[in-house]
Amino acid sequence: MAKLLEISLTVRYGPIVAVRELSLEVEEGEIVALLGPNGAGKSSTLAGIAGLVRPIEGSVRFAGEEIGGLSPEAINRRGIALSPEGRRVFPGLSVEDNLRVGGRDRGRLAIAASRATVLDKFPALARCLQKPAGALSGGQQQMLAIGRAMMSDPKLLLLDEPSLGLAPAIVDEIFALIAELRDQGVTILLVEQNANRALGIADRGYVLATGSLQDSGPARQILESKVERSYLAMEGA
Amino acid sequence: MTELMSAAISARELIQQLINAVGVGSQYALLAIGLAMVFSLLGMVNFAHGELVTVAAYTVYLLERAGVSFWIGAVAALLAAGLAAMAMERLAFRPLRNASFATLLLASFAVSQIVEGLFLHFVSPRAKSVSVPGVFNHFIRVGGYTISDIYLFSALAAMVALGLLTLFLRRSRHGVAMLAASQDFEIARAMGIRANGVIAAAFAISGVLAGVAAILILGQQGSVSPDMGFDPLLIAFISCVIGGLGSLRGAVFGGFVYAFIQGILTAFLPTSALAYGDAFALAIVIAILYFAPQGLLTRVAPST
Repeated sequence: MAKLLEISLTVRYGPIVAVRELSLEVEEGEIVALLGPNGAGKSSTLAGIAGLVRPIEGSVRFAGEEIGGLSPEAINRRGIALSPEGRRVFPGLSVEDNLRVGGRDRGRLAIAASRATVLDKFPALARCLQKPAGALSGGQQQMLAIGRAMMSDPKLLLLDEPSLGLAPAIVDEIFALIAELRDQGVTILLVEQNANRALGIADRGYVLATGSLQDSGPARQILESKVERSYLAMEGA
Repeated sequence: MTELMSAAISARELIQQLINAVGVGSQYALLAIGLAMVFSLLGMVNFAHGELVTVAAYTVYLLERAGVSFWIGAVAALLAAGLAAMAMERLAFRPLRNASFATLLLASFAVSQIVEGLFLHFVSPRAKSVSVPGVFNHFIRVGGYTISDIYLFSALAAMVALGLLTLFLRRSRHGVAMLAASQDFEIARAMGIRANGVIAAAFAISGVLAGVAAILILGQQGSVSPDMGFDPLLIAFISCVIGGLGSLRGAVFGGFVYAFIQGILTAFLPTSALAYGDAFALAIVIAILYFAPQGLLTRVAPST
């Protein structure tokens, strides 16, 4: 399989180092989970890839080209779409218009095709196209955030904490959909605090703590070592 | 008996002032909405906004001096104000894109002073008269009330301009992108919306709308002067603050509220106090803000 994304990244906010020399790869067609507790630097990593924090140190190579330091709009146009932490749908715009913004200036036909795909995936959105996005439930907003990102037909989808604040049944639904997207060929980098859920659908995983890499490998292996670690931690206590 | 009569007179006077306020408020709304658009995107109050009125008015004046008719000059003025707004953004504000609020504030003051200085230096420090078409001096009478054509024209111009703007923002791809950017600029960019394009477009629109207001102001006062942009700026700012800074609907609403406050005061203040009308009006604005510090129409709370 071909490497789609290859990063070696340090992200700073002023004097604070949020991510320290993190090396990470995503191959085409897989779901890679980026795990760790609150404040570990997961979202900062995604922000660095998406161009939301600049400048960055290190490199971000996407589809063989260096994209580190490009503007967020340029990065989106290369084929990377973000479903941000906290969903951040445009609250005053209708669901339809949120999707429209996600489709930016792609051709009319391309947008119509993506819209049909998204509404097919998220029938809940199809039922409230004219509603302002701010009036949707948390789960619907999450679906809209993912759908909006899919409207640019990205090669790589960055998903930041899609389970945050949602009821377990909704989380199941959203994770099933994420797995489905991967099966249809979308490559996904998934940031999650909910490690068990994320590793349940991921192919591989990386574990961050306070900005540095702690562990990485196939999802099953991380899941096992995690169980072991917490078991040892319990014994120690 | 005399008391009853004076009450009847003031009721009549009040209605007359409210009719005027619709016209005046239309001008205020046109001025305020441009300021609000730029604020909603950049979080910056463009204190050079009033100078767009000056640029538009002087365009009419200079073209008229060159023999061009008022109306052709007016169309050119809209264009000039739009271009001037884009030039301000490109030359002064874009290099300061991520600067602090205070830096941008000072920069916009500087731009305002420079533009004013240019007209002062290259045209004249004194007011120059412009011959205005007759339509601006007529009025019609309806049931004993006077409706000046200038106010009728203002209401009409504002309705057309704001109608077109709404259509643009709601229906066109660029307009929707602009609304999205005003709600969450960072995420709009992550969706591939080009920041520079959206900001340049917002400035251009704010300039054209200020240009429309400038034609109406010019029609009313019949002269241009280098400092003529100050009052419009103040009015735009007050209107925005009343409605809630950054809200487009709030800016329009605030413009009308301010015009109505002024109208009501004009109707009820004794003649000797009329000179202090603006002071009273501003005192009422301060009172409004005391009870509604976010403005009367606040933005939709961003949900997380």
